[in-house]
Amino acid sequence: MLTTNQSSYDLFCFILQRSKKEKCTFHFHNTTVNIFVAKSKKTLAKPGVKNIVLVDGVRTPFLQSGTIYADLMPHDLARAALQGLLNRTGLPKDAVDYIVYGTVIQEVKTSNVAREAALGAGFSDKTPAHTVTMACISSNQAMTTAVGLIAAGQCDAVVAGGVEFMSDVPIRHSRRMRKTMLSLNKAKTLGARLSLLGSIRLAHLAPELPAVAEFSTAETMGHSADRLAAAFGVSRLEQDEFALRSHTLAKKAQDSGLLSDVISFKVPGKDIVSKDNGIRPSTMEQMAKLKPAFIKPHGTVTAANSSFLTDGASAVLIMSEEKALAMGYKPKAYLRDFVYVSQDPKDQLLLGPTYATPKVLEKSGLTLNDIDVFEFHEAFAGQIMANLKAMESDWFAQTYMGRKTKVGAPPMEKFNSWGGSLSLGHPFAATGCRLVTTVAHRLQKEGGQYGLVAACAAGGQGHAMVIEAYPQ
Amino acid sequence: IYEVKDNVAVVRINDPTSKVNTLSRHMQAEMVEVMNEIWGNAAVKSAVLISRKPGCFIAGADIKYHTHTHSLTSLSQEGQKIFDQVEKSPIPIVAAINGSCLGGGLEFAIACQYRIATKSKKTILGTPEVMLGLLPGAGGTQRLPKMVGLPAAFDMMLTGRNIRPDKAKKMGLVHQLVDPLGPGLKSPEERTIEYLEEVAVDFAKGLAGKKVTMEKKKGLVQKIQDFVMGLPPVRKQIYKTVHSKVMKQSKGLYPAPLKIIECVQTGIEKGNAAGYLTESQNFGKLAMTSESRALIGLYHGQVTCKKNHFGKPERDVKKLAVLGAGLMGAGIAQVTIDKGVATILKDTTEEGLARGHQQVYKGLNDKTKKKSLTTFERDGIMSLLSGQLDYRDFENADMVIEAVFEDLSIKHKVVKEVEAVIPPHCIFATNTSALPIKDIAAASKRPEKVIGMHYFSPVDKMQLLEIITTNKTSKDTTASAVAVGLKQGKVIIVVGDGPGFYTTRCLAPMLAEAVRALQEGVGPKKLDSLTTGFGFPVGAATLADEVGIDVAAHVAEDLGKAFGTRFGGGNVEVLKMMVQKGFKGRKSGKGCYVYGAKSKEKKVNSGAEDILKSFKLTAPPAVSADEDIQYRLVSRFVNEAVLCLQEGILPDPVQGDIGAVFGLGFPPCLGGPFRFVDSHGADKLVQKMKRFEEAYGNQFTPCQLLLDHAKDSSKRFHK
Repeated sequence: MLTTNQSSYDLFCFILQRSKKEKCTFHFHNTTVNIFVAKSKKTLAKPGVKNIVLVDGVRTPFLQSGTIYADLMPHDLARAALQGLLNRTGLPKDAVDYIVYGTVIQEVKTSNVAREAALGAGFSDKTPAHTVTMACISSNQAMTTAVGLIAAGQCDAVVAGGVEFMSDVPIRHSRRMRKTMLSLNKAKTLGARLSLLGSIRLAHLAPELPAVAEFSTAETMGHSADRLAAAFGVSRLEQDEFALRSHTLAKKAQDSGLLSDVISFKVPGKDIVSKDNGIRPSTMEQMAKLKPAFIKPHGTVTAANSSFLTDGASAVLIMSEEKALAMGYKPKAYLRDFVYVSQDPKDQLLLGPTYATPKVLEKSGLTLNDIDVFEFHEAFAGQIMANLKAMESDWFAQTYMGRKTKVGAPPMEKFNSWGGSLSLGHPFAATGCRLVTTVAHRLQKEGGQYGLVAACAAGGQGHAMVIEAYPQ
Repeated sequence: IYEVKDNVAVVRINDPTSKVNTLSRHMQAEMVEVMNEIWGNAAVKSAVLISRKPGCFIAGADIKYHTHTHSLTSLSQEGQKIFDQVEKSPIPIVAAINGSCLGGGLEFAIACQYRIATKSKKTILGTPEVMLGLLPGAGGTQRLPKMVGLPAAFDMMLTGRNIRPDKAKKMGLVHQLVDPLGPGLKSPEERTIEYLEEVAVDFAKGLAGKKVTMEKKKGLVQKIQDFVMGLPPVRKQIYKTVHSKVMKQSKGLYPAPLKIIECVQTGIEKGNAAGYLTESQNFGKLAMTSESRALIGLYHGQVTCKKNHFGKPERDVKKLAVLGAGLMGAGIAQVTIDKGVATILKDTTEEGLARGHQQVYKGLNDKTKKKSLTTFERDGIMSLLSGQLDYRDFENADMVIEAVFEDLSIKHKVVKEVEAVIPPHCIFATNTSALPIKDIAAASKRPEKVIGMHYFSPVDKMQLLEIITTNKTSKDTTASAVAVGLKQGKVIIVVGDGPGFYTTRCLAPMLAEAVRALQEGVGPKKLDSLTTGFGFPVGAATLADEVGIDVAAHVAEDLGKAFGTRFGGGNVEVLKMMVQKGFKGRKSGKGCYVYGAKSKEKKVNSGAEDILKSFKLTAPPAVSADEDIQYRLVSRFVNEAVLCLQEGILPDPVQGDIGAVFGLGFPPCLGGPFRFVDSHGADKLVQKMKRFEEAYGNQFTPCQLLLDHAKDSSKRFHK
């Protein structure tokens, strides 16, 4: 760092010598001046392509499942997020052209949860709504669907979001029992009904529970994460340290009021909730005591270094820049290039960020050094560490990604600095909007021009998006 | 050779001279040296034994260089001694197993104090010695029963079956399992071994520090079983049951299983010292038996027949087309897509296609039931199959295998139709069991691309593939056919062209003799028991039903025309009449036997008996004793095999033995027709045949090569 009293000529020379184009902080007479050194590109705006902006984003507090939200239904949470977005933006309800919402574990009664929540949130019944699902990147899919609708000129203002409600999940009768019950409906005579009832055995009454497991491989995600960590030689210590970092940073962000996307929510019959309740910085000693949760007894993934089951919902308002400005909004960020990737759901289930990051950077014409703010979804500490190691490895890039060189790992001081899914919680389909909104807020707060969101998802899929700060 | 990590000695086994680790004399000596060094090193508190070879821990012992009972007994005793030291090791030793852990390798592992295995598909544990006519001779018969219990130990040692990791954990053969890893900063194979080592070192430390116990938690069932096994009368009953089961299945033709029972029984009832002594002595004895020689010969022959001796083909077959979705066609399609090769299955009718498609699906689905395949893998494999009625996409086929009806004019029509649509490089293979390939190739514009590929039914179970080349077939065509067969997992013999090639030609005279025996009043059941009593896995009458009476009639008639009276014996009209009455064998529900409801006892088809009565022959008493009937059947088979070698249809005796055993069920304990001539004595066989010749004529005339061997006892087919 340069210090006081250097001539502007020296400063100029210094800037020219810098090969890396990054933010430099200079101190002149006790005042801090942030100077942004030229990026690979000044903006990602392209001639003839519509600028699409994030006007604002909100979320309900993310709560551990089975706590205060326990008696709600998924659309209740979604409604709270949508109403919160309307309040925050003051948006006239009929100004919204379309609503897209994500969810993973579906409540069968509200399979199009987007529509149910929108009606209850007071949106015009003339605004169509549909639900998308893509595991942990469902709300990313909701947002990029919105971007697509606007880019194609079909809409100007779209609300996107996602909800996950793990306090209640559909537990089904066994297939045999379902079959008997369905046949019972069709049985015409008493005798036929009785014989069907008589065919029921005790074993048929055993329920079917949903599992966070891959359908294709039957492996639970935690098990896969443990194997992934082992494959990249990530130690238990590294994982615990990263989890502790996440909780510590989240606590700091919460205490300093940085998590401004959280709205207060009066839960019917309960108190007003206004804070995430899963942030619990612990000590390394306490974390070391936990036994492995998936691979026993020698695994490394524990309850403390994994994201926990969470209830929560999020929503964002996405508009064409012209429309936002015409309505008098000051947008928070531009939503730029994005990619979806997919790979082997067995051995590379959680490597989405590794594959998506270089691809989206290339698409944007940026390098890793151009990115000021990174927000990666933290499914497991082991998964994040494995991705960082994979991104740092030329061998992996060459052998499995068909690239000449590694993309490089993000510098930790720019990475998830307000906490992440490990500490804030991870309502599967709500996390994507949280990541994007956080990038926008961090770009505003910390300064900087480009942010990168990346996430992995069940099915061996992944996503990344580049976000550009809106000129202040 | 070993490295000390945190007071844990890590011994990495790696035989630089071979792709797999075997317990050779050299390696044994080296192990003793290393172990002594470790035991003498005060800094070492525990040890890990691991292989550096991906896919192989230790694949067994090496017995090549031993030729005397005495030296084999002492080899066994040396092994016992080393593993006894390992078992009594003052520090805990952890065996870290990835890949095959068989025979001596398993005996080594079970002498260690703790075992960790990877869940890799390549990890298998087992005692396959019995399949080579041997027994686990380095303490295996003594340790296994104590470790996994009497019933499981007998099952392992008497069947030689491979145990997968999950099962091994359940039965108490290993203590812990480690998941195989995917790609990381190194290749999955390399990193998985490293990871296994890391985990094993942790456990070794735990064992040394008494934080990990060697005891396995026993469930209630296990405890009850242990208690029951503690009762001498119960054990006695088990020995008896197992003994009678072995006798029933092996007809007493295989000595190894009986010796295994003896070793286990001696060890348990009379103590360790007696058990070990019996084990080493029996090992020495077994290794010198003709049965063991025969089985080891087959093992080596199988290895030879799993190689491509015709070089690398110019092009890989990436798309295969199969014509005819019958039993054969669908079977060929199944084993092809199973190995990742896109396959077209073409039939002329929708019903035929649907049946074939269902057969393939069922074959794969059965594997998911056995858990050797996941339903997703099954679906992925099925997606490679394209069932169709037209010649769409044949322009992209690299090889076509036709499996249509066995009729020359139909085959000619198919050749012409197919050659109109396939690209110039595409190979045309024909799956026929008797029609000469050159006759089929006569309709081809490019006979150098025509080859015979004779599969055996059911294709997904039978290991043999008989490839037939004509004098016009190019070497590259042969190389390509062999490459495809190897990919399909087949054991391959390559033979010359002629009516019935090799296998069908050997089988036909034997079946003709079987029909004669039936005409002479030997009932189907008696005939079956005579043939199985000789070591054939399936009796002659049952075999005819399985092959199909119509097929047998067809072949008998065709080959009868080609070879004349030498292929006579039974009257072909018997078979034809049976076909006329609809007795086509198992597929039609009736043949020699009646097939139907799941009754245990097979019933003889009285309709077939009536036919036989109407063709009744009088049995010449001089050649109709039970043993005579057995040798009449076998000698015709063997003589025809030797004649095939004499005529150059067969390139060598090894392929002759493999073809006969794997394709036709020639008794494995005899090792194949050629090894049988060697061990039985050509002169003795010729004497018997001369006797039969007097009664029946030229069907029993020994061929010249057999006579040569009979004259000069130093002449042997196998060195």
